[in-house]
Amino acid sequence: MTAKKQNRFPVGLPIRKGIVDMTHGSGGRAMAQLIEELFFKHFDNEMLNQANDQASFNVTTGRMVMSTDGHVISPLFFPGGDIGSLSVHGTINDVAMSGAKPLYLAAGFILEEGFPLADLEKIVISMAAAAKDAGVAIITGDTKVVEKGSGDGVFITTTGIGTVAEGIHISGDLAQPGDAILVSGTLGDHGVAIMSSRENLQFETTIESDSAALHTLIADMLVAAPAIHCLRDPTRGGLATALNELAQQSAVGMRLDEDSIPINPAVNAACELLGLDPLYVANEGKLICICAPGDTNSLLAVMRQHPLGRQAAIIGEVTEDQHGFVQMDTSFGGSRIVDWLAGEQLPRIC
Amino acid sequence: MKYIDEFRNRELAGKLKQSIEKEVVAGQQYNLMEFCGGHTHAIFRYGVQDLMPENVKFIHGPGCPVCVLPIGRIDNVIQLVQQEDVILCTYGDMMRVPASNRMSLLKLKAKGGDIRMVYSTQDALKIARDNPEREVVFFAIGFETTTPPTAVAIKTAHAEDLQNFSVFCNHVLTPAAIQSILESPEVRNMGSVRIDGFFGPSHVSSIIGSLPYEFFAEEFQKPVVIAGFEPLDVMQSALMLIRQINTGRHQVENEYSRVVSREGNLKAQSLVAEVMELRRSFEWRGLGMVPYSALKIKQAYDHFDAEQRFNMPTISASDVKSCECPQILRGAKKPTDCKLFGTVCTPENPMGSCMVSSEGACAAYWTYGRFRQQQHT
Repeated sequence: MTAKKQNRFPVGLPIRKGIVDMTHGSGGRAMAQLIEELFFKHFDNEMLNQANDQASFNVTTGRMVMSTDGHVISPLFFPGGDIGSLSVHGTINDVAMSGAKPLYLAAGFILEEGFPLADLEKIVISMAAAAKDAGVAIITGDTKVVEKGSGDGVFITTTGIGTVAEGIHISGDLAQPGDAILVSGTLGDHGVAIMSSRENLQFETTIESDSAALHTLIADMLVAAPAIHCLRDPTRGGLATALNELAQQSAVGMRLDEDSIPINPAVNAACELLGLDPLYVANEGKLICICAPGDTNSLLAVMRQHPLGRQAAIIGEVTEDQHGFVQMDTSFGGSRIVDWLAGEQLPRIC
Repeated sequence: MKYIDEFRNRELAGKLKQSIEKEVVAGQQYNLMEFCGGHTHAIFRYGVQDLMPENVKFIHGPGCPVCVLPIGRIDNVIQLVQQEDVILCTYGDMMRVPASNRMSLLKLKAKGGDIRMVYSTQDALKIARDNPEREVVFFAIGFETTTPPTAVAIKTAHAEDLQNFSVFCNHVLTPAAIQSILESPEVRNMGSVRIDGFFGPSHVSSIIGSLPYEFFAEEFQKPVVIAGFEPLDVMQSALMLIRQINTGRHQVENEYSRVVSREGNLKAQSLVAEVMELRRSFEWRGLGMVPYSALKIKQAYDHFDAEQRFNMPTISASDVKSCECPQILRGAKKPTDCKLFGTVCTPENPMGSCMVSSEGACAAYWTYGRFRQQQHT
């Protein structure tokens, strides 16, 4: 912070005891102070610090991808993360599922009047740390404040862009009958961690959200097998929903083997207790990969070497099926359909 | 998961499959009705039908509390929220059940109705304590299993003198419903539906015991096996039913002896008896008016009875035309016999109650069993 800026706001933002009020979104001095002493301070990068209404950067030749994601999770702080880190990971993952290298993020905040500044600072610090770890800078943003009762503390929308290397073509409509279906690790951790931290569900677990940025795992996978057909992060609706989307996009069926789907025993137990099916529970640090059978072994090997893919597994294969059904051979010895999620298992999980 | 995985063991399932294959008489049809939605769910989720011989068929019964609640009772709570500005506490399953005029609690909530999803009666009590200036009504539904917690809530509210709490009581009784199915013309006259034996409820029986089934096993000469909700329980119970049928027996047997006793949970029973009493008659979706099949809150606790407190009227509303839920709930038709199934009625847009809860026969068919139909066409 320069001496000049400190003169501009002789009294610092009352982070410890202060709260968000309507002036923080009014466009006046209070808003400028919030942006400077909170967002600029922690996100700290050259493009943001120019303090323009837009960030400016040169574009490369080739294909770029862009994705946006609103985050409304409740509670804001949960085991293994918070809305800040989640909003960075979520958008990086959406960009990276195209095989792209994520470059920059933009962040829009909707703050509710009365929200403690101390909590906002915690969230901003967590976002900054997540962005730094991922090597992706937050280069522009926006802040709005709504009246008390019109929001729920804080909502964060992040937008990301990235570039795709030549020769990489990953899309949800490229699954072929005979392809293998892989997942990068255990399923359902995020959803169960959120549920266990909701106050009206009184149970305690040691399960933490798996929230993580997956782009470095994907980069390693692309070195091993540049011809990956599909990548998807099974967030809301879990594995079941993501596979149904892919089956529909590619006009294929899928056959899963329940025994080979990795699920943390504690997640299984919590789901049993709550009457949930872990296949439908959200993840924030896992990916599904569909590839030609010839690429399976090299992909699995490279995934298992990465810290975010240690428990990667082959869980099934793509089949020819005009109805687009995802079916599963159950551990019990029968078979069932793994359908789209109807309704919602649990609201506001991301 | 200890104590659970043991009941989902593939090798044991394989052995039971062989035993059942050996036991069934070729050419004879075995129609076994599982009363409970919990069994329906287990059969589909684990693919139990795949392990059964061709001539053993599961008939899905009406044992899904959400499915059997008549539309009029949902209309009742919708009116209540609209007219009395109450906080309505409900189990999540009820939210999407279609009521009259294409309304549902979910839509009412979106329109500003104060409807809170709760996981237990304790949550509802807490909401009442936290909002002393508001009327808080708990929408109580379910069979004998969910009744004791409602009784506890009423007793707690009474002890605390919680003036703003009341219960809209819709608790129903399993034995009366099974009897009604057995007395229905379709079953009695050996017409369209033949039921050779029953899987008795598991959780319900942990409360009421196996004793109440003894009457109709004798009266209607149908075997009953009280079965746990795990897939191996279902297979073992199927084997026990088939053995009874083959030897001409019609007894109440208890496969779920790790939980269910003959007398049941006496403490829970006396708790319920203290707070509630039989209704002379109650409407069930699909079964119509069934005598002595439901409970109401006793006079001594009528301050906590939402029906009394808000003077709630009796509303009789009819199902969507051509919705076959009533026949499906009686086992007289399969979900796929319904014209609406999968066309206009899906879990996303349920027309009838059987499509709403994951325990409903239509939703289970749609979610887990749809591909079988497609494979056969």
